[in-house]
Amino acid sequence: MQSLSGEGYKVELDAETDSIRLIGALRLGGLAEYAPLSQLLENALDDRTKLTIDLTELEFLNSSGIATLSKFVISARNRHHCALAIRGSEAIAWQGKSLKNLKRLMPALELTFE
Amino acid sequence: MNGNQGEIREIRFDRNTESLDLSFWPGSVPLKQRWRNNGLSADFLGDYVTTFFPLDENDPATRKRQSEIRGAVSFIANELLENAMKFHDDSLPEPITMRLCLQQKEIIFQQVNCAGRDATEAFRAFVERLGSSDPGELFVQQLEQGAASEGSAGLGYLTMINDYGAELAWRFEPIADNGFRVTTQVILEI
Repeated sequence: MQSLSGEGYKVELDAETDSIRLIGALRLGGLAEYAPLSQLLENALDDRTKLTIDLTELEFLNSSGIATLSKFVISARNRHHCALAIRGSEAIAWQGKSLKNLKRLMPALELTFE
Repeated sequence: MNGNQGEIREIRFDRNTESLDLSFWPGSVPLKQRWRNNGLSADFLGDYVTTFFPLDENDPATRKRQSEIRGAVSFIANELLENAMKFHDDSLPEPITMRLCLQQKEIIFQQVNCAGRDATEAFRAFVERLGSSDPGELFVQQLEQGAASEGSAGLGYLTMINDYGAELAWRFEPIADNGFRVTTQVILEI
């Protein structure tokens, strides 16, 4: 399993289920610090027809993280070949506020809350 | 033109007002170490305000409300502290300050940092653009541009406005050594 981690967060790519789980609180200092995560997300789109991003355990995401996730959604939209799903949690306040914006960027995005 | 946008409130410390103040000199420890304090401080402020929104076990809506207010305060405080730290000019003689003020119907954040002339001019230009644009459109525009370049300027402020219904204001005051004291105010209705 490919993964990334730092203080307070973990990112795991599960190739068998075509899913990436983001866990914890992500508040890195700007887009440059998010580059490894961007790269992991972008690479996961290669040779896949579907990919699920699981945010149900992501308690906090700062605006640089929102920018990173949004840019990834735009990239998936522009690359056409991969169906993207994002799973959020109703229990995590920021997700109810901000995830709907991703739908505006990619209308075909499958966004679900549990 | 001074570039101010909106009105910065004068906080009155009456019986209906609770407040917390933070102040620090970011240069005193390396930025990387200092950065984690943004999260700690922001989460503390988020937890602090929950005292004023108690849970009622017979009313599930109170849990949701508490969680939303904690999340909103934590997000906004974190963004303000991150921005302050990125733009503060440590050669100028004032610290970064952050005040959280809880009133009956509003939570007011006032964050102050110092910046040099060029940084202040660039920031004023962004603030003016924000004041004259549709924030929803500007959000999408910044991201679509960001998909091509590396820019994400102001996304935190746009998120506060669009997703949290916050009202933002700025004040720019000249200080010594060609610097400016920049006050950012965020008002969140509760």
